[in-house]
Amino acid sequence: MLLQITFAFIGTIAFALLFHVPRPYYLTCGVTGALGWSCYLILAPSASPAEAAFFATALVALLSRFFAIRERCPVTIFLISGILPLVPGGGIYWTSYYLLQGETELSSAKGFETIKVAVAMVLGIVFVFELPQKLFRIFIPHLKRSK
Amino acid sequence: MKQDHSEALEIAVYAGNILLQSGAEIFRVEETIDRITNAYGVESCNSFVLSSGIFTTAGSQREEYFAKVKHIPLSGARLDKVEAVNQLSREISRGEHTLEEARQRLEEIDAMPKKSAPARILASGVGSGCFCLLFGGNLPDCFASFWAGLLLYCYLYAIENRTLSKITSTIGGSAIATLVSVILFRLGMGVNLNQIVIGSIVPLLPGVSFTTAIRDIADGDYIAGSVRMLDAMLVSLCIVAGVMLVYTLYQRLTGGFL
Repeated sequence: MLLQITFAFIGTIAFALLFHVPRPYYLTCGVTGALGWSCYLILAPSASPAEAAFFATALVALLSRFFAIRERCPVTIFLISGILPLVPGGGIYWTSYYLLQGETELSSAKGFETIKVAVAMVLGIVFVFELPQKLFRIFIPHLKRSK
Repeated sequence: MKQDHSEALEIAVYAGNILLQSGAEIFRVEETIDRITNAYGVESCNSFVLSSGIFTTAGSQREEYFAKVKHIPLSGARLDKVEAVNQLSREISRGEHTLEEARQRLEEIDAMPKKSAPARILASGVGSGCFCLLFGGNLPDCFASFWAGLLLYCYLYAIENRTLSKITSTIGGSAIATLVSVILFRLGMGVNLNQIVIGSIVPLLPGVSFTTAIRDIADGDYIAGSVRMLDAMLVSLCIVAGVMLVYTLYQRLTGGFL
């Protein structure tokens, strides 16, 4: 589990580099990705993949907004990098794999699950971005005007 | 004075152009244009931003009429530029830059160099390797995935400046990643072929389009959001097509399942 979180951290930073995130933000991006993945790992045994993805995405979005205000930079930087471990790449793969093996039933089950995960991620992001900006400023009172 | 206004609008559209091209959200582009034009005293500016273009007009009884339409092609994520323009627009709205300075700064931002090729190729490999573990692979699998991700990005880098359509380049990329994974697997590197392939195609995943699409739709920019969502879905389908292409060929040639 610790290994997984470490790898999520390193992987997120690697992709942050591919997206040309400025160097000072690498660490924060990595932390966002690692915490998002930890949340997913903790929830995964007891919740469905879509539920786990919802809460993990919401956490990533919350952290991104928080860091964006603290570092005074666009929230996109942290959100895009941090969310990457949660993007259902595996789901896309298994859907096509089973399709190829002629296992239509398994394939459609996987495909449907992938769509559910994607929708859950959409909802996670949307909910968090509906929260008022003021809420995040409470935690950082010394920065009056930022966004 | 009149010259100033059109120059301010030009600069605002230029800033918006860089932002949109680098993968910023629609509302950020609109906000930046408004912020810059307001800072230079243009009151009647209206802008309409889509994912592939910016339409700006200004003009009233008191101000000169001005219109500009700018088409912007989709390109890769450049979050460094988004950050830099965002910073600059804040400085402008605090009145720290004259028009010439602002234009000069924007030109500098526009010309910001990409990360060096070896760094990006290595990052792609490391990223693939790490994500392989997250999707259930073990350490030897990660090592195989690392090489597949590395070679995949060599291919992406080679075609970077060619005018290859996104569909073709993604199918090709995913086919190469799968092919390398299969070859390494046959050579005895790694145990779980599926996990190796999943890890190696991660650099192709449309994470940026997907995330930005959601943000746009949440902000009510439905057209831009749907265009980007369509882009994300199309890229996913292309990845699937590439994987299936290689698997099918492999099965036909060797007659065996993987």
